[in-house]
Amino acid sequence: MKEPYNIVITGVGGQGNVLASLLVGAVLVEKGYKVTIGETYGASQRGGSVMSHVRISRIQQYGPLIPPGLADLVIALEPAEAVRVLVQYGYQNTVSVVNTRPVHPVDVISGSMEYPSLDALFERIESLSKKAYFVGATETALELGNPILANITLMGAVCGLNLLPIVAEDIEKAVKTYLSSDRVEMNRIAFLAGQQLVDGLGSHCQN
Amino acid sequence: MSLLGLDAPGKEVLLMGNEAMARGAIESGVTVAAAYPGNPSSEIIGSLAGVAAELGIHVEWSVNEKVALEVCAAAAASGLNALVAMKQNGLNVAADFLLNLNLTGILGGLVLVVCDDPSGISSTNEQDTRIYAKLADLPLLEPGTFHEAKDMIRDAFALSRKIGTVCILRSVTRISHARGNVTLGPIPRERIKPFFDPNVRLMALPGAPSHVLVHERLKRAEEILESAPYNIYKGPEMPELLMITCGAGYLFSQEAISILGLSDRVGLLKIGTTWPLPERMILNSLAKASRVLFVEEVDPVLENNVKELYADNNSCLPRIEFLGKKSGHVPAVGELNPGLVIQVVSRLMEAPWGQSGDEESRLAADTLAKFAPPRSLAFCAGCPHRASFWSIKNALALDGRNGILFGDIGCYSLAVLPTGFCQSKTLHAMGSGPGMACGFGVLDRLGSEQPSLAVCGDSTFYHAVIPALINGVHHSSNFLLIVLDNNATAMTGFQPHPGSTLNAQGLPAKPLRIEDICQSLGVRTVIHDPFDVSGTSLVLWDLLQKKGPRVLILRQECALVRGKKEGRRSKVSVNPTRCLGEECGCSRLCTRVFRCPGLRWNPTTSKAEVDEAICIGCGVCADICPVGAIQKEKQSA
Repeated sequence: MKEPYNIVITGVGGQGNVLASLLVGAVLVEKGYKVTIGETYGASQRGGSVMSHVRISRIQQYGPLIPPGLADLVIALEPAEAVRVLVQYGYQNTVSVVNTRPVHPVDVISGSMEYPSLDALFERIESLSKKAYFVGATETALELGNPILANITLMGAVCGLNLLPIVAEDIEKAVKTYLSSDRVEMNRIAFLAGQQLVDGLGSHCQN
Repeated sequence: MSLLGLDAPGKEVLLMGNEAMARGAIESGVTVAAAYPGNPSSEIIGSLAGVAAELGIHVEWSVNEKVALEVCAAAAASGLNALVAMKQNGLNVAADFLLNLNLTGILGGLVLVVCDDPSGISSTNEQDTRIYAKLADLPLLEPGTFHEAKDMIRDAFALSRKIGTVCILRSVTRISHARGNVTLGPIPRERIKPFFDPNVRLMALPGAPSHVLVHERLKRAEEILESAPYNIYKGPEMPELLMITCGAGYLFSQEAISILGLSDRVGLLKIGTTWPLPERMILNSLAKASRVLFVEEVDPVLENNVKELYADNNSCLPRIEFLGKKSGHVPAVGELNPGLVIQVVSRLMEAPWGQSGDEESRLAADTLAKFAPPRSLAFCAGCPHRASFWSIKNALALDGRNGILFGDIGCYSLAVLPTGFCQSKTLHAMGSGPGMACGFGVLDRLGSEQPSLAVCGDSTFYHAVIPALINGVHHSSNFLLIVLDNNATAMTGFQPHPGSTLNAQGLPAKPLRIEDICQSLGVRTVIHDPFDVSGTSLVLWDLLQKKGPRVLILRQECALVRGKKEGRRSKVSVNPTRCLGEECGCSRLCTRVFRCPGLRWNPTTSKAEVDEAICIGCGVCADICPVGAIQKEKQSA
């Protein structure tokens, strides 16, 4: 893994960024890495853009925010948010894993702004990334019965692409330690479903 | 055993800065902890509450910050170690007591953690707690990392016991709400039996004697802190630039020096004991400096204090150019970030950094404008506040006398924005909306014809609204207080409050009902369900025509809490044949005006639709649609 390896997990308030970053961090600390996570809580969560910065190192504890242009991996729970992050934090080697389901901002709902067409949006994400993967995480989560599981489904896809050294057992253990035992099963199922979505693509990735 | 109470010295775990401070308190043998929730401080007491039973300690969400400090002061006066936590605004509430407690000193250990919120990410202001330390002559420590946050709590307790006064720890959002590796220490198991020595008097007296003692305690703190491991210098013997930093500025500065490859030219002096300053160490560094850059968040506190120290000692120091907020090199307000610090150092040292040129910046702005529409803050899908403010808007329009709604602190603060139809006209402090409404409500006797209204949340009601209500009753003020009771301190993470049936530790507690309190004051009190939008508007209109202080409790559980417990309430959908879209004449009432995030406007069909991944099924939009195109079906699960 690149030293340090910088990940931005982005989305809209309520999509479960904080949980996704916590689980990644918890697993990697257990594996001996120094992990720093910076995130936003509170008022800014209500309908706003939310980012978690995850910094992974073998050597030292990094600061809670990634400097501009240094994100190696962008995990986006919402496609327009992927663009927002890539413009500021991406560089020529950034890999993106993007949930395809849009969440319309209130100003789009009210008609004072437009949401970009999805084809053009995905194309722009590709042009801003070294490689971009698009995953229908929300649709899978809806099939599993709860849209909130899109976060863990997307993390399953990221790990299925071999972008992070994490397997389902690690997630189970982290959910048990950092959350509660009764949430293990549904998160395990979502993680495995996410891995399924990128089945066969993982061998192309290198990290 | 939970992670926070894990008895595994030496083990590295991932903890949030706030959890690290809670763990530090546990490792210091804390036995009483109290707070009123407020971001970015809420998880300190929240996480301690989760382990209170297994550790045999008392943890509470107090009614407000002043009472929390008083609860902890009583514990400390009885020889215990007590931890009180709050956000920066909360310190204003507790300040009256703090600025007398400093005069009496304390017997046990009392640590006050204040989490500042630079840029006001979840606050109305970004005030700097460090100024209070100087005002109260109390020692203040500032952690620069998560692990340090834990250790500093331990040393703050030791310092508090040694010098016999409160020790303050100032955290900031990027420490409190960040996570990192923390190495666990041992947990002491012995417990002191609380005993308040009846021969002791903790009495703040006017005049000089106790003030002299305050200065003596601070002097002792300075001697003890001079050797603290939290003040570190890294860099060359004679740096071309000396950066002096603290808090979150430390890790940003360290990374800036490393990215710019300046470690042999730039020195970094990190201060952890911000007040009183480690004077000898700072003077030693200044003796070898010619240019000093201050990197700190919010006010130029280090900057001013170091410059004062320099002025007192300038006869034996070289000529130094001081750069920072005063010189304009660092922004005078707001949060720091690594990009900003890199840019400042890069310019000062003429060290190139891959900053994008004008053309690239223009392209980036263009991409954002086309592909990343901004996200204004909004109430969550199905939030009862949206329905409440919808009814308030309608009732005020129906009344037609330009009624003024005074706002308050909580999720419903957003009612100053379009998501709450811009109904709130003021936003200041906890309880200040009802206080102002009470004042506006006496202006009718001076000729005002405008009705006076205020909103507050349930937790805010207990925290600071009751005195305003009593004032209104006593002075026969004509105002309507609307309590938006969603049965939670929602903004900060759903903590219980005095109206809850369970306390912080999850044990049964006596709930004090808002209606009982209001009725005991003789206030006309009405309770209504805000999801009944037309009924609520009529109740509001009716109450607006009455005199004296009145209370309307709009009671409906927070959508997030209810969603977690029960899942979606109803399946809501738009019937595409009934929805007339642009042809309707409603001017897109559901999406353009009501604008719940659970709805979408489909530009292809020119009709509204429901986003099933977001809608929680409250069904309020079904009542708003003038042609009944939005349908709700109850869901059994």
